[in-house]
Amino acid sequence: MSEILLDAIDLTKHYGSVEALRGASFQARAGEVTALIGDNGAGKSTLVKCLSGAEQPTSGKIVLDGEEVHFDSPTTARRMGIETVYQDLAVAPELDPAANLFLGREIHRKGILGKLGMLDKAEMRRQAVEEFQRLGVTLQSTDVPIGSLSGGQRQSVAVARSVVWASKVVFMDEPTAALGVVQRERVLDVIKKVRDKGIAVVLISHNMPEVLSVADRVEVLRLGKRVARFTGRDTKLEDLVAAMTGALVQEEAA
Amino acid sequence: MSVSTPEKKDIQETPEAGFGKRSPGRRLIEANTFWIGLVLVALVVLFSAIAPDSFPTLFTFQTLFIESSVLLILSVGMTFVIITSGIDLSVGSVLILAGMVAGKTMEGMSGGDASKAGWGVITVGLVVAVITGTIWGLINGFLVAVAKIPALIVTLGTMGAALATAYLLNGGSDLRTVPAALTQTLGYGTSFGVVPNLVIVAIVITVIGAWLLRTTKFGRYTFAVGSNAEGSRRAGIGVTMHLLKVYTLTGFLAGIAGFLSLAYYNSTTISGHTTDNLNAIAAVVMGGTSLFGGVGTILGTVIGVFIPAVLRKGFNIIHVQDFWQMFIVSWVLVAAVWFDQRRRRRRNSR
Repeated sequence: MSEILLDAIDLTKHYGSVEALRGASFQARAGEVTALIGDNGAGKSTLVKCLSGAEQPTSGKIVLDGEEVHFDSPTTARRMGIETVYQDLAVAPELDPAANLFLGREIHRKGILGKLGMLDKAEMRRQAVEEFQRLGVTLQSTDVPIGSLSGGQRQSVAVARSVVWASKVVFMDEPTAALGVVQRERVLDVIKKVRDKGIAVVLISHNMPEVLSVADRVEVLRLGKRVARFTGRDTKLEDLVAAMTGALVQEEAA
Repeated sequence: MSVSTPEKKDIQETPEAGFGKRSPGRRLIEANTFWIGLVLVALVVLFSAIAPDSFPTLFTFQTLFIESSVLLILSVGMTFVIITSGIDLSVGSVLILAGMVAGKTMEGMSGGDASKAGWGVITVGLVVAVITGTIWGLINGFLVAVAKIPALIVTLGTMGAALATAYLLNGGSDLRTVPAALTQTLGYGTSFGVVPNLVIVAIVITVIGAWLLRTTKFGRYTFAVGSNAEGSRRAGIGVTMHLLKVYTLTGFLAGIAGFLSLAYYNSTTISGHTTDNLNAIAAVVMGGTSLFGGVGTILGTVIGVFIPAVLRKGFNIIHVQDFWQMFIVSWVLVAAVWFDQRRRRRRNSR
């Protein structure tokens, strides 16, 4: 069993009188895919937002790599090695794959030209090709706008963008929701490669067979609380569904 | 299933198979600017063939370039704004206002008649024009980026406000005393024997604009914001700040254009600039910049400025009424947007 990299303890989040999280806990381990599942409204998105800095929990503790942390913005979380892949394709369709990979992290030229804001496009392209090859993302061409690629390739680039920069945790919110069967396989392959790098991957998904095929560990949220945990290998689909619907409860509220 | 077989092959393709760059020839043919560039060349050739004595002359090209300089500067700014998927209807009015404020200042410093004013006064006039334009751009940027009011409405409002302010400043009429030193050097002067100074200024600004858009982080963010604002925000780009800068840049350029216009026309020529905004938008869009954002080049904009200009000049020379120019350009504009939309729809359906 690998070390616990990200540990959320007893998080609550209130939006006015609505309680989106009611003491939710969550753990992700290095080099493992942890699936976070739950029915609509269970609080998955809110939990991920709290853990990636997009929202701040009302109360509770987040521990990253043994130290308690507070994310006041996604930028802070990113600086600590936490990246998020969003459900809707969050790439700039008119830019090429290399530009998308380096979006917000451009490499400047050396010397005075770089100080003036000039970008080193050749270097970014070189590194991008290297990273795409490492992650097994195949593209016909690196100088066409990403919008002219297929949905799977686009999402692969989006996934690659997060994992290249993530040193600790990657959240993936329904990364395959918009994809076809073949494209989905491709993205799942990338996810496995990322896990093998020793990064903690958190997969949010509604697709149970997908969860069972890639997840090393499954945590189930229901009504803003974690209700069950499973280890991937010996989990059955019925157990997951039972936990999501409330028929099975492993953990009583603290 | 027969459909899945070729796709499966695609997966197993080795990573090394891709990652190519398109060949230079193919990239040329796929570039929008290449085709509209051809149209421009064809027009020049056509008019030269019809009027070999009067069209391909030094004088024709000098005036063609001078008359396009001011619009070109406005269009460079407009290119940035449209790439962010915004619009700036106020550039023409800001040009007028900047010229008016600068002219008024120069008159005030020379006791009512600025015709004989010296370079000190002219420099102050330039600074005032640029500051006026920049502040107006900043206001546009603030309302669009921070207050999040649609750019069409914001700049429609500031367009009217800037024009009204210009009228109010001079009791509703044009201002007519411009330093002679200014009109003789910047307005009509030439360097290297044949190159009008006004054109040199326009070329310098255009080249800097192209450099900024094509090679710098500022340019890259301009494309990114226009392509996917929310995605850019998530990638850590300060979208609000960037939009503010882009609208300010456009105002700044409109300020410079206002001063140049004052130098060339020797007057504020308010009525001559009321359709500058639409001409600039038409030039940018014809030049292949997408109204939906994320796509565009300065080179395309240059060509887009010159196609209507060459048409007008050519029609004048061969004695065709230049309303035909307006007629043709209008329809070409509609066609350009239609093509852009089709291209986009085809892409998104993948």
